[in-house]
Amino acid sequence: MRGLWKLMWVEAKLFSREPMLGFFTLVFPLMMLFCFGGIYGNEPNDYFGGLGMVDVSVAGWTALVIATSAFMSLAVSAAAYREQGILRRLRLTPLSPLAVLAAQVAVLFVMTGLGMLLLIIAAKLVYGLRFDGSALSVAGAFALGALSMFSLGFVVAGLAPTARVAQVVGMVLFFPMIFLSGATIPLQAMQGAIRNYVKILPLTHVVGLLRGAWLGESWGQHLTEVAVLSGLLVVGVLISLKTFRWE
Amino acid sequence: MQNDAVVTVADLRKVYGPVTAVDEISFGVQRGEIFGLIGPNGAGKTTTIECIEGLRRPDGGRVEVLGLDPQREGDSLRPRIGGQLQESALQDRLRVWEALDLFASLYGKSVDWEPLLDHLGLAASRNTAFAKLSGGQKQRLFVALALVHDPEIVLLDELTTGLDPQGRRGVWELIADIRKQGKTIVLTTHFMEEAERLCDRVAVLDRGKIVALGSPEALIRELGEESRIVFSIEAGLDRESVANLPSVTRVEIIGERAIVHGHSERMMVEVVNALSGAGFRFRDFRTEQPSLEDVFLRLTGRSMQEGEEA
Ligand SMILES: Nc1ncnc2c1ncn2[C@@H]1O[C@H](COP(=O)(O)OP(=O)(O)O)[C@@H](O)[C@H]1O
Ligand SMILES: [Mg+2]
Repeated sequence: MRGLWKLMWVEAKLFSREPMLGFFTLVFPLMMLFCFGGIYGNEPNDYFGGLGMVDVSVAGWTALVIATSAFMSLAVSAAAYREQGILRRLRLTPLSPLAVLAAQVAVLFVMTGLGMLLLIIAAKLVYGLRFDGSALSVAGAFALGALSMFSLGFVVAGLAPTARVAQVVGMVLFFPMIFLSGATIPLQAMQGAIRNYVKILPLTHVVGLLRGAWLGESWGQHLTEVAVLSGLLVVGVLISLKTFRWE
Repeated sequence: MQNDAVVTVADLRKVYGPVTAVDEISFGVQRGEIFGLIGPNGAGKTTTIECIEGLRRPDGGRVEVLGLDPQREGDSLRPRIGGQLQESALQDRLRVWEALDLFASLYGKSVDWEPLLDHLGLAASRNTAFAKLSGGQKQRLFVALALVHDPEIVLLDELTTGLDPQGRRGVWELIADIRKQGKTIVLTTHFMEEAERLCDRVAVLDRGKIVALGSPEALIRELGEESRIVFSIEAGLDRESVANLPSVTRVEIIGERAIVHGHSERMMVEVVNALSGAGFRFRDFRTEQPSLEDVFLRLTGRSMQEGEEA
């Protein structure tokens, strides 16, 4: 147990030493906020049901951070740990493979949560962000969304032969998703037919659930999203365990 | 002696597709000895040592380490062995002290790793990131990580490959030190000189089979390899006067170079006396002892370099 805590602490320190990771997790969402907030402000608007641009976008930007962590960070680092022989060396110690995975997930989960928190605080201070939901519900939606996407990140790492391939596959999943899932461009801006197609993107359901929780809607109104994300989480974990390799 | 074996390998077999990497080899390692697995690249050294560590699953035969099966009882075994792998790495930005601190925490008992840093000459680089370490520093760090939990058996795979001669000698001293602490060491190397210097006993591997097993001295002696004396002569040498010496078996003369083959340690004295007695002037006089290289050549008909698989 002491080993697991130490491993998480080390992972956290390593995260802090990768400027790119810190930038995309913590700084980039803020840039989105100030960019769009600067252009559109956060005045109540009938188009957004009486809310402002920032109010309805915070959930999507959070999903963007989640996707970054899952498909850009986790998928690549898990594959790189294997490829470089870091996992091989750890395997000689009493540590279990689950602990290695747990440490990576835990640290990235906390960092991603931190990214969301910074975003919310800045939006509140600068644009008077409105929030009618329950914090617990938002935290739950965040956890389900993040863990299900992380499990997909591990699937990418497990199936990719090398870290390089994992990076390419991660990007191929990441870019369409951030543009088409509603994370950056509101779904309202899309035509009806497309809005149905984008439901096959896992991230669309993260955005849907997070936005619902943010706006104070009940989980009962979002059973599809909850079911899809829970299913992805279970399947993702199973495939990750199945495809996990030490080398 | 035999009942104090801490590692027992019996009829070990490992195949990778069409390649039989290890072909039914058997040996035992005694407590407190330095045991070497030697042979050219591709001989099966890494496969064997990683079967002992539990990192690879044998396809046949039996491996027992400290009375445990590395595959089924790895949880009990891992705290008691320490290893340095031929291929492994740490996170690029992990610092030396953090690596030691982390690995120490992964074992039940707590160990003070600070003395290890000093001892391995890593104290000055304790804050250096893994990626910034030199090859020798990385090797020493991996040795430190293999020792951090005070294991009973230390397994070292190609410990000095990629090191310069000075770094290599430093590591040799280190291994002698580890042995003094009463630990058993199993190492692999394709440097025969290293094996001769360090190992109490060696298993010579070639294409997955053990072709010789014993102490380096005994192998060299038993295989009847000859010593050689090589020197340059200025005037024509009277071949007979040297060839008839009791310890000499054969004399080759190539141009102004003479190579004298023979057995005993007396050969050098006899040859020098004979040459100076007859008034011959000679220079560049040196002796060449038979080595494990010669043993390998004798046993396989190939030199170590030729023995390497692509
Ligand atoms: N993971 C592997 N997959 C396929 N072939 C392997 C693998 N590991 C080793 N081999 C093959 O097995 C043989 C023995 O390799 P190895 O044990 O690494 O030898 P050594 O350590 O003596 O150089 C070689 O022919 C090598 O190519
Ligand atoms: Mg090897």
